[in-house]
Amino acid sequence: MSKKKYWQSFGELNQTESFQEASKNEFQEELLPLSDLDDKGIMDAKTPRRDFLKYLGFSTAAAAVAASCEIPVRRAVPYLNRPDNIIPGVANYYASTYVNGGDTISVVVKQRDGRPIKIEGNELSTITNGGTSAQAQASVLDLYDNTRLRYPMEKTGKGFKEVPGFDAFDKMVAPAIVGKNVAILTGTINSPSTLLIIKDFLARYPGSRHVQYDAVSYSGMLQANEACYGKKAIPSYHFDKAKVIVSLGADFLGTWLSPTEFNNQYSQNRKVKGDKPELSQHFHFESMMSLTGSNADDRYTHKPSETGAVALALLAKLGGAVSAPSIADAKLAKGIDTAAAALTANKGAALVVCGSNDVNIQVIVNAINEAIGANGTSINWAMTSNYKNGIDGDMAKLVDDMSSGAVGAVLINGVNPAYSFSDSKKFKDALSKVVSVSFNGTMDETTELCKYIIPTHHWLESWGDAEPKTGYFSLMQPTINPLFKTRAFETSLLKWSAPAGSLMNDYETYFKTFWNAKLGSTDLYDKALQDGVVEPVAMAVGAASFNGGAVAAAATAIAAIKGGAIEVVFYQKVSVGNGSQANNPWLQELPDPVTKVTWDNYAMMSPAMAKSLLSLDVMNQAGGNQSDYEVHPEKPTVKITVGKNVVELPVIVIPGMNVSTIAVAVGYGRASANPEDTKNNIGRSANGAGKNVYPMVGFNGTNSYSAIATVEKTGNKYPLAQTQVHGFTESRPVIYETNLKSYNANPEALLEEVTKEREAITIGGSKDFVKDATMYPDFEKPGIKWGMSIDLNTCTGCSACVVACTAENNVSVVGKMQVQRAHEMHWLRIDRYFTGDLENPDVVFQPMLCQHCDNAPCENVCPVAATNHSSEGLNQMTYNRCIGTRYCANNCPYKVRRFNWLDYTGADSFPDNQNPMVGTYMDESVLQMNDDLTRMVLNPDVTVRSRGVIEKCSFCVQRLQETKLEAKKQGDPTLVRNVKTACMQACPTHAISFGNVNDKESDVYKIRNVDQKHRSFYVMEQLHVLPNVSYLAKVRNTDRHIGVEEEQHGEKKQDTKAHV
Amino acid sequence: MSRYRKIFNRLFTSIFLVVLLSINVESLAQDGAALFKANCASCHKVDKVFTGPALQGWKDRVPGDGWIYKWIANPAAQTDPYATTLKAQYKPTVMTAFPQFKKEDVDAIMKYVDDWKPPVTDVPKSGAPDGSGDSLLFGILTLVLALIAFILLQVNSNLRKLSDEKEGVMHPEPVPVYKNKTYLMAGILLLFLVGGFYTINGAVNLGRQKNYQPEQPIFYSHQVHAGTNQISCLYCHGGAQDSKQASIPSVNQCMNCHKSINKYEGPDVLVRDDGSAVDGTAEIQKLYAYAGWNETTKTYNPDNNKDGIPDGARPIEWVKVHNLPDHVYFNHSQHIKVGKQDCQTCHGNIQQMPEVYQFTELSMGWCINCHRETKVDFYNKDDKSGNKFYSIYEKFHNDLKNHKMDSVTVEAIGGTECQKCHY
Repeated sequence: MSKKKYWQSFGELNQTESFQEASKNEFQEELLPLSDLDDKGIMDAKTPRRDFLKYLGFSTAAAAVAASCEIPVRRAVPYLNRPDNIIPGVANYYASTYVNGGDTISVVVKQRDGRPIKIEGNELSTITNGGTSAQAQASVLDLYDNTRLRYPMEKTGKGFKEVPGFDAFDKMVAPAIVGKNVAILTGTINSPSTLLIIKDFLARYPGSRHVQYDAVSYSGMLQANEACYGKKAIPSYHFDKAKVIVSLGADFLGTWLSPTEFNNQYSQNRKVKGDKPELSQHFHFESMMSLTGSNADDRYTHKPSETGAVALALLAKLGGAVSAPSIADAKLAKGIDTAAAALTANKGAALVVCGSNDVNIQVIVNAINEAIGANGTSINWAMTSNYKNGIDGDMAKLVDDMSSGAVGAVLINGVNPAYSFSDSKKFKDALSKVVSVSFNGTMDETTELCKYIIPTHHWLESWGDAEPKTGYFSLMQPTINPLFKTRAFETSLLKWSAPAGSLMNDYETYFKTFWNAKLGSTDLYDKALQDGVVEPVAMAVGAASFNGGAVAAAATAIAAIKGGAIEVVFYQKVSVGNGSQANNPWLQELPDPVTKVTWDNYAMMSPAMAKSLLSLDVMNQAGGNQSDYEVHPEKPTVKITVGKNVVELPVIVIPGMNVSTIAVAVGYGRASANPEDTKNNIGRSANGAGKNVYPMVGFNGTNSYSAIATVEKTGNKYPLAQTQVHGFTESRPVIYETNLKSYNANPEALLEEVTKEREAITIGGSKDFVKDATMYPDFEKPGIKWGMSIDLNTCTGCSACVVACTAENNVSVVGKMQVQRAHEMHWLRIDRYFTGDLENPDVVFQPMLCQHCDNAPCENVCPVAATNHSSEGLNQMTYNRCIGTRYCANNCPYKVRRFNWLDYTGADSFPDNQNPMVGTYMDESVLQMNDDLTRMVLNPDVTVRSRGVIEKCSFCVQRLQETKLEAKKQGDPTLVRNVKTACMQACPTHAISFGNVNDKESDVYKIRNVDQKHRSFYVMEQLHVLPNVSYLAKVRNTDRHIGVEEEQHGEKKQDTKAHV
Repeated sequence: MSRYRKIFNRLFTSIFLVVLLSINVESLAQDGAALFKANCASCHKVDKVFTGPALQGWKDRVPGDGWIYKWIANPAAQTDPYATTLKAQYKPTVMTAFPQFKKEDVDAIMKYVDDWKPPVTDVPKSGAPDGSGDSLLFGILTLVLALIAFILLQVNSNLRKLSDEKEGVMHPEPVPVYKNKTYLMAGILLLFLVGGFYTINGAVNLGRQKNYQPEQPIFYSHQVHAGTNQISCLYCHGGAQDSKQASIPSVNQCMNCHKSINKYEGPDVLVRDDGSAVDGTAEIQKLYAYAGWNETTKTYNPDNNKDGIPDGARPIEWVKVHNLPDHVYFNHSQHIKVGKQDCQTCHGNIQQMPEVYQFTELSMGWCINCHRETKVDFYNKDDKSGNKFYSIYEKFHNDLKNHKMDSVTVEAIGGTECQKCHY
């Protein structure tokens, strides 16, 4: 057994009574139809016999009626004119670009019979290298969002009335904005053609301006760079060129700037390669437990107000001409020393990034990067990152000008300041004073207040381009005809500004002309469209000249920053981000990688703060109800006051939080002006999800995403749907981890225990663990044997795979109420384990999916053989055979089998049969998924499961069959190596490998048997279930011993045995 | 001994007679068949109304014995009521006269008609052999035997009772049969078994549609297109080699040919199942309506309403004949391209079907059966024949070499596993 102790929750760590009770009662179900029978049992209920006869009679009659119905006549309606490039039943793939307010990811769109159904990464992009993010994966669902606006509208009185046709709209709006100072308010735009159109538009309307506004801004960096380098821009970062990475609160793997790109870069130096591997070293200083922080080798916490002090101290240590502030926390001070030493030792191969939006702090960070030689190496000024351009001051000025009348008309595209602007009330008032035109695709908080609405296309319906980095272009092409009467934002601008009779009055023509001219020929244009990316042959690398003049002033300003007893930091969740995709049920139901909470935002705090503030001692075993905290969804709430804004939020206690800091996510609490309209306007999934904390964001030249707060206990409770507490490992070792030094000294020691145990349970001295450690026969896999390998070193927990799996396999959304009951349906979950110091633990993410065991415990117990094994090593699940006994789920040691408790998909034969459940057992978000429009996202190759059956990961069997068929058609078995499961395709760090293990040339075979044989392990191998998913043990680049042995009486002792 | 010989002689004679008779019938019928095919088959079918009436059961319809000879010799001259109705029914066609036929010839033909049985198609068998005739026979036999057994039991018990009475052993008043618990129990059990058998069979067959032949919006004859005109199946159903769906051709594909073919003048006579004649040219007109094609100007209608298609054009809503349940994944290209199966294997002799009907059961048992029996195009390492994909099946190559197996079936490579078709 591993000596290391990995725990998912405080209860597991302490083995509290309520935890043990909960784990004994693994499926805590109060069965729905019989729940009113109390505990008396069915025989003691009032009229069991009569009820039984009634039900029997009804079901017999119903069955008879259903059976005597005639088989319905089905129609097959072929095309009138079949487009040449569509073969019904065969998917087409088009390169395009996911763009959402500056976030840019090159993608390939899978289109079936004219419908986009899945987003995949574009492997031709050197920026993302084929990776995607959860939000990009989920954005295909936004295309079919039933709150999308369907036609242009004009506000009349309180409501809106449809404007018949675009020409009528143009005739109405163009005169309304003529002669006024027009402001175009957009998110960050990095599309060269759109920027050109805006420029031309501004030229036609003198006195007008273009304001770029980011809900979560990077204004501090942009302004600091202007001060230091003379460029109001963000350089390109190269995490792959840094041996030492220090992040000061920048969540660059989760939400900061361009996480997909950074995941890809970061992982390249985190892969264990060769005999004596080298890994980059990652130090993280932050106030909350972020995704990036949980991946760090060494992590230190501080209050948000101390970020500047940490930066200053670091600069001072690196020889900067600033006086180091005193750091009270000894651990933190030691951390700064260690990080500074590592940076000094790796000058020219080091990188410091900072998530603060304070100009002064960013100036200091620039000085640090200058001191460690990052400028020109890991920070590349030859090409800028064009993801975020918004300057907070510009937006503030715009709002002032709108109020004063200096701006007469506002054209709003893709942003929602009425929701996300810190002083939203001022913005709303200002908006009412100007002519307002909204181009937003849905009726959001801002659009509701606009006079004219002309919805723009979804990106999947649009032409377009993006230049995420200087010289690196990514093109967008429509993959479906516009579903509704929508028009491109650019077309509107062209129509309202182009001289009469101009042929360039729609964006499609403009785009084609623009790119044909830019690339020089139609052939090159076609190729660019097909590839989706236009990139320079060699990457330009260069430095910018640094002007240190601002450093001294910045240091003085930082020294003046005052902290508070309790501070609150505002962050973005990996799932919902800044809130623009808040009505996406896939994202809402995606558990946060660190807290595992779905559907809500909350106040994250440390166990120590929970104890002092709420008397909630999560570590106290004898505390009666207190230790119930984790077991029940109802969490105590606190009232957080920042200035005059108050918000009441439930508390999630997370180890690794700074003791004086509370973290709250933005992007939640979307609501219409009239709360009753939220459901219809903003959407059923966004309705009621969390609270909006954007109003608490301060403005002091730039937006400040932290604040001094007062917090008080309320005594109220609020349920949170958390998935983390649903599965237990019963303290079986599932994670193996070591540090780099130990690994390099003796790689075999890492999995020594596993090897020994394996030998111990193999009978008769035989070496064959597979055949001889069991009484079951060994079934051969004569052709293909599928296998997967997941690298725990490069899995960062970003969760793109979870959404990709949901999209690919029609995994249902169950809604908050059902997640609370542990009924979430995800086939692939990412388990998060803490280990070590309770105040600042190490975190390991482990993607957990069906392990496709060759000796599967689930298969033996199925009474109807609905789950059985294929000759290719797949654990097959046959929904139509399943009668729902759930024995298999009980017997699965990995807890990956999910049961359809309700008819989530509307697959059962009677329409609307789940409606009566809504409000009591089911959330409306489930109905959102069953809307005819939304159902267009379903993958037609995967069965939609009905109520009462078990489902689980199939290794994307539809993709395996498709690839095999292609290989058979071509008569070439090597084509099987091209197979990619959805999770593997989505992964930005390429942590997942998949293939035919029988093929000695396959990646998986090589990883398991050659390249990574010292790290490759199976979870709970000693059960001899023979999983087909192997994991690569985590190797951390730190001097600390990883994992601490936990004795029964709670004493901690360094584990020396496992680390030679 | 003599008694047995007598029986033996009788038996022998009867067998001889039966054999003689059947041979005789055979020779007559064969003549009849040749005559029928040469002279009558172009207009008559035995079991179906074709150009002329179906001939089966003619004896019950015609007035009197000699009528048939007169009619065949000269149909036009017959004026009796039955002949008049016949002519009215099949107007304007009147049957060709066959004055050359002798009385024996007519007898032979009519004998052929009477003895005719629906031919067993030579296309591959679909599922289990049809055992309905046998089971009826066995059923009757079982019933008869059961009746005999019952009578014998009754006789036995009566006899025993009589003999017992003779010996002075007294019995309680016998229970009548309908109150006898043993018999009642046996009866209930029998009812349960038989009822259960039929209920389960019925349930299993729920949703299965063998022989389903719906009426289509256009009378489209595969016989005309694929049979007589020899158009390749893949010309219209190209998806069969690329996609999971064979796909029904779009209207523009029909128009590729029908822009020039605007009249039906083919040799095949188009008749519906109920006997009504079909005007092929009128059916082509229906296609033109769907396509928005103006036959007189030979152009598509203008697109005045700006929806991108000719005005009035709309897709054809065919009635789907072959329906698989939603949870079944079936891929045509897998079977056509990789498995190299003929369309007819599953769809029957489609080139002879005026209107398509479901030829096979399309049940899971039927699929599985075929997967068990069909051999894959396994790779031969020596002469490099077969599909190279299968070169990875090392074990089977060894087993074939060592004669542990003689061929590789679809089942051997996992063709009967759940997730081949259900996911």
